[in-house]
Amino acid sequence: MANATFRIWRGTSTEGEFRNYTTEVSEGMVVLDAVHDIQAQQAGDLAVRWNCKAGKCGSCSAEINGKPKLMCMTRLNSIPLDQPVTLEPMQAFPLIKDLVTDVSWNFRVKKKIKKFKPRPPDAADGSWRMLQQDIDRVQEFRKCIECFLCQDVCHVLRNHHQHDAFIGPRFLVHVAALEMHPLDVESRTEELKEAHGVGYCNITKCCTKVCPESITITDNAIIPLKERVVDDFYDPLGKLLRRLRIL
Amino acid sequence: MSQYETHEHDVLVIGAGGAGLRAAIEGSAAGVSVGIICKSLLGKAHTVMAEGGIAAAMANVDERDNWKVHFADTMRGGQYLNNWRMAELHAREAPQCVRELESWGALFDRTHDGRILQRNFGGHKYPRLAHVGDRTGLEMIRTLQDHGIHQGIDVHMECTVITLLKDGPRVSGALAYDRERGRFGVFKAKAVVLATGGVGRAYEITSNSWEYTGDGLAMAYEAGAELIDMEFLQFHPTGMVWPPSVRGILVTEGVRGEGGVLLNKDKRRFMFDDIPELYRNQTADNEEEGWRYTQGDKEARRPPELLTRDHVARCIVREIKEGRGTPHGGVFLDISWIRQRLPKASEHIKKKLPSMYHQFKQLADIDITEEPMEVGPTTHYMMGGIRVDADSQMSTVPGLFAAGECAAGLHGANRLGGNSLSDLLVFGKRAGEGAAQFSKDHGVASIDTGAVEAAIRQALLPFERKADAQAPEEGPYKVQEDLQKMMQRLVGIVRIEEEMQQSLEGIAQLWTRTRKVSVLGNREYNSGWHTALDLPSLLTVAEAITRSALERKESRGAHFREDYSAKDSTLGKLNLVVSKDGDGTMCIERRPVPEMPGELQKIIDEMK
Repeated sequence: MANATFRIWRGTSTEGEFRNYTTEVSEGMVVLDAVHDIQAQQAGDLAVRWNCKAGKCGSCSAEINGKPKLMCMTRLNSIPLDQPVTLEPMQAFPLIKDLVTDVSWNFRVKKKIKKFKPRPPDAADGSWRMLQQDIDRVQEFRKCIECFLCQDVCHVLRNHHQHDAFIGPRFLVHVAALEMHPLDVESRTEELKEAHGVGYCNITKCCTKVCPESITITDNAIIPLKERVVDDFYDPLGKLLRRLRIL
Repeated sequence: MSQYETHEHDVLVIGAGGAGLRAAIEGSAAGVSVGIICKSLLGKAHTVMAEGGIAAAMANVDERDNWKVHFADTMRGGQYLNNWRMAELHAREAPQCVRELESWGALFDRTHDGRILQRNFGGHKYPRLAHVGDRTGLEMIRTLQDHGIHQGIDVHMECTVITLLKDGPRVSGALAYDRERGRFGVFKAKAVVLATGGVGRAYEITSNSWEYTGDGLAMAYEAGAELIDMEFLQFHPTGMVWPPSVRGILVTEGVRGEGGVLLNKDKRRFMFDDIPELYRNQTADNEEEGWRYTQGDKEARRPPELLTRDHVARCIVREIKEGRGTPHGGVFLDISWIRQRLPKASEHIKKKLPSMYHQFKQLADIDITEEPMEVGPTTHYMMGGIRVDADSQMSTVPGLFAAGECAAGLHGANRLGGNSLSDLLVFGKRAGEGAAQFSKDHGVASIDTGAVEAAIRQALLPFERKADAQAPEEGPYKVQEDLQKMMQRLVGIVRIEEEMQQSLEGIAQLWTRTRKVSVLGNREYNSGWHTALDLPSLLTVAEAITRSALERKESRGAHFREDYSAKDSTLGKLNLVVSKDGDGTMCIERRPVPEMPGELQKIIDEMK
């Protein structure tokens, strides 16, 4: 069996270094398997977050050779092993230890988004009628596994640290799922424009590229939200029509 | 004196999967303060892995369905060892629980007339599983999470409970540590709900993640609660088998529900070879009829691939043992064959089973629309667990409740697919209600600081042992791995007296090694230390499984004994109860299954 070397960040937010670990690799292995082997054999206190190991929970996000990815879904045969593979924690969030970052900001952001508010039920048993074609686009957004890789790659958060002014692609997708939900009657455009900072996104589409669920984040979620904000706040004709109470 | 923070809630929920979240929502809706502890981040619990759907007799696809049929199916699947009252409540209340999820924003796949679509699954007479492609669990946990965070529930993420605390006979809270810093916290509560899930990590090949080490079961047992049905561990028939690193990862039963077939290496559909008596009238005897069933023909009977999981898993083991397995030691599961029957089959498969397509493509280089998958049994679900009152979900310890996989009774000897998600909703809600009521009826209980101090000292021992040059060093990962390999080998799908006796000896040795385990580093996010602290729970659960399996000298449901391969009518009327006696040894007691009221027995008799 062949060996591969992994150059893994070891340390906390105040101090640390890259350390090399060489381990055996076998057919079909993913990066997370190698990390587990290293943990069991060489570095018992190596911190790594993981759960399902099947790309469904979004826990094991990290940067593999500089690219934000899920470690459980990155096959070793998809990366060059003739040189050390660099494993680093996500850069957009404060580091806790080794490969684990403090992602609690994301959970605080979500709490600030207005919750789902359905229209009254359509049927006497309290249920609704919705056609599949009307929910297809929202189901795409609801595939999100909250791995926060889109947040990690977004330059507004990663480079400009606008965590207080911009909710990031993950939560724009969340708002889109609520806004386009056939039953929802809440309006969130005011917050989108102000507190959620949708205007910060300048459509570089990096988030779409890293999404492990292949959600078309920019085109299907963010741009339509920007359009809604424009319709509600910047369309002079719309404003006039509203004033005339035609709409 | 050790240092620890103190938190106080009326109701403390331990575990934040479907059952825990549903309990927390209900508790909070009842107007009491609720704290919820998650071992991982919020929304990552194992519920997220559930694929197929939520079983609820809504009759949206087949109007003949109703709660009575669901009740009878559940009891038949559990070989009548189920708690009849839980099975009744579950079947009656599941449809409302699904509709409630929709009112909180869940978006299930739809029928042509706009209602919630339902799919076929093993052991369910009619299409009954509300679903979202093959990511139903994600939809469910996200809906509960997003609803729950607006309810004022305090969420403690990445926090692991070590022990329950008691005030006399009654539970008064729990002691936990946080992963990030390794700090201890006392969570004082008037009532506690355990929703800690399963025990899959006691086995080598499992669909469960690192979290499922039986914590809730072990804690409840230590606190004096009774466990039942521990011999019934579900091995899901279809886990991935190749490549080795993905071994055990779940392949949804939905594949078979959509028309997937099981084949041995000779391409023979071996499931037709052995159809149990209990299901003969409901099962197709030819391939054509089976196909028509999966396509919604109401006159057709279900294909044998959709028999209960215990039976399908055993048939797969038989094929492999008798030399008819695939090159990597599994059998073939083929959905690509439906190309012969359906136009645009490839798109159809990707639409119905998107995450399976993705999973095989990415992890195994297999395109499931073109070629068959290789699958084999994987440790999946614990039917047994904490014995609870059916209506309130309270255990035998006052103030201690349990719901979801860690509670027992609903599933008996074998769980039907889809019944776990409905279980979480129905009984999570009831446990939340029960705990909230208990907290209103009872005052504050006091914390035994002596017990807290002792537990903290115990938890820190692995750090101190490294200084001890006398004892040989023992790492936590190795002990865990040895336990997993041993349980897989000796107390797996096919069991025999002699091997299980060996397992008991092995468990005793592993206890000795666990007491010597040492870890490196400090308390901050130290996976080695966390693994060391999980070992006692794993060993307690492994012992309970083995002792119960030894005691049940018959084969029934998920429990199969090579040395007692038939059913025993006496044992068929008994549950096995596990408890800790005064001197700390594990006792197994036989207890009659509660007798069913006449009108429920009539339902079962009519549907036989």
